[in-house]
Amino acid sequence: MTATRTFRVLPGFNLTLGYTLGYLSLLILIPLSAVFLKTFGMGWARFVEVVTAPQVVATYKLSFGASLLAAAINAVFGLMLAWALVRYSFPGKKIVDALVDLPFALPTAVAGIALTALYAKNGWLGQYLEEIGIKVAFTPLGVLVALVFIGLPFVVRTVQPILEDLDTELEEAAASLGAQRWQTFRHVIFPILLPALLTGFALAFARAVGEYGSVIFIAGNLPFVSEITPLMIITKLEQYDYQGATAIASVMLVFSFILLLIINGLQAWTAKRTGRDR
Amino acid sequence: MIFKSSRRQLLALLLAAVAPLSFAQSNELSLLNVSYDPTRELYQAFNPEFSRYWKEKTGQSVTVRQSHGGSGKQARSVIDGLDADVVTLALAYDIDAIAEKSGKLPADWQKRLPHNASPYASTIVFLVRKGNPKGIKDWDDLVKPGVQVITPNPKTSGGARWNYLAAWGYALKKGGSEAAARDYVSRLLKNVPVLDPAARGATNTFVQRGLGDVLLAWENEAFLSINELGPDKFEIVVPSVSILAEPPVAVVDAVARKRGTETVARAYLEYLYSPVGQKLAARHYYRPIKPELADARDVARFPKVNFIRIDDLGGWQAAQQKHFSDGGSFDQIYGR
Repeated sequence: MTATRTFRVLPGFNLTLGYTLGYLSLLILIPLSAVFLKTFGMGWARFVEVVTAPQVVATYKLSFGASLLAAAINAVFGLMLAWALVRYSFPGKKIVDALVDLPFALPTAVAGIALTALYAKNGWLGQYLEEIGIKVAFTPLGVLVALVFIGLPFVVRTVQPILEDLDTELEEAAASLGAQRWQTFRHVIFPILLPALLTGFALAFARAVGEYGSVIFIAGNLPFVSEITPLMIITKLEQYDYQGATAIASVMLVFSFILLLIINGLQAWTAKRTGRDR
Repeated sequence: MIFKSSRRQLLALLLAAVAPLSFAQSNELSLLNVSYDPTRELYQAFNPEFSRYWKEKTGQSVTVRQSHGGSGKQARSVIDGLDADVVTLALAYDIDAIAEKSGKLPADWQKRLPHNASPYASTIVFLVRKGNPKGIKDWDDLVKPGVQVITPNPKTSGGARWNYLAAWGYALKKGGSEAAARDYVSRLLKNVPVLDPAARGATNTFVQRGLGDVLLAWENEAFLSINELGPDKFEIVVPSVSILAEPPVAVVDAVARKRGTETVARAYLEYLYSPVGQKLAARHYYRPIKPELADARDVARFPKVNFIRIDDLGGWQAAQQKHFSDGGSFDQIYGR
């Protein structure tokens, strides 16, 4: 057996790998391991007690539940938005395109304050919603609204380039072979978009789980009702309970890591299935 | 011209950036005062006065830089290594934490200056909407059905701890028992629709979002809100009984020693007790500890209140443990 050397455009595999690992360690692994190290100081029994306290468990449900839901909403509407931006031309398209990125650029506290002002009972939208009995600001629904807002660009920006690459000829071919519109979407377009859509979903989800700044203004922050997990961490810090804070942080990290691993696995699987694996 | 002046500004900025590096050699001193949110205006007025005084007295120039934020967060920054020469925080518990966690100042820091090291005080009052539509006069009106009370979360906000203890202290005094106090505070919390993490956030919720009938606030914050938003929108109701809120000050010994600022840092805090300091405190709506030194007109703005003191409730360490630690009375009331 002779080993075949794969040709690579950039030379110096060892160098780049070393650099990548070093960079990752410095920026991600070392700070994150500090979280775990600090947690180890507290002992197992105390760790379990802190991370399974009913109030803390209630925040996991809200944080992860609202984040998944927000990412799902963004997947649907982000796809629609990306479709509209790629396939149609309309006046002001460039502006809409730029607007999509705004949630990236806006300081999250500003977003939170703006959303709260909008949805509070004296706000532009809030006053009408209140009349029909829907309360958004200071409820878990408000948390969802904030998370949808900050997660929107992720799906649009991951799906957009794939859609741009997608030849309309494929759809024409499908149509000429007698496919209905829905069939074309379901069997031709969607499978091609799915990996990118999942990546966007994962990014939007990850962003939402860790979000603090915007949510805190609109949430209401009532124990057992509208507290998010990052707020629990701040609460522990305010009591100078560093270990309690890192304990909850490490649970969040592990949860998020597992969920992201699953989503990424799913994405790789669909990519392979649709033959886009390279 | 514009180009020139902006270049000069740039130069000044650069100089300002490197100035702290060279303080040791020159006659130029700098102090960093790490404080909490509502003292910004007070220290903006006080710092130049102190610099002038110090220059006259010793010939040394001193610039005081200020840092503001939530009291607990500020204390954590100092613990984690922010080089504060002096701290002027919202409650003694936060300075205790610096002493305990970092050892940068001795545990008995509060005995080193008069009046529990608090040159000015404040209290908790009610801010209500103009005309007081719900007729809120005293603590008992806050637990009536249909009254919404805005107060931040005492587990994250130092100011909210004063609110909580004022309510607790009132009920304890009136009902005469722990059970009565707990009952009163749980009824009060049932009327709280939102728990903001910090006092400024709670003020925003009440003022900007129009939520709630009454905001529990520091007296100085209540005055500031009325000043900024106009007396036609809100009014202050002073309850019959409230807590004497003492925001303490301290030199962070380890930092001051390292930076060679011990003398000036101590003088800075002592100057808060001088006529100038007391006048400025009163002008910025803090109750001066020596009212005779302040302007009578400023002092007249503070109505007489029956004060509960933190020591009546066992002091900060005990109060924190009992009410705001995990599983404390606040958690028990919200617990299921």
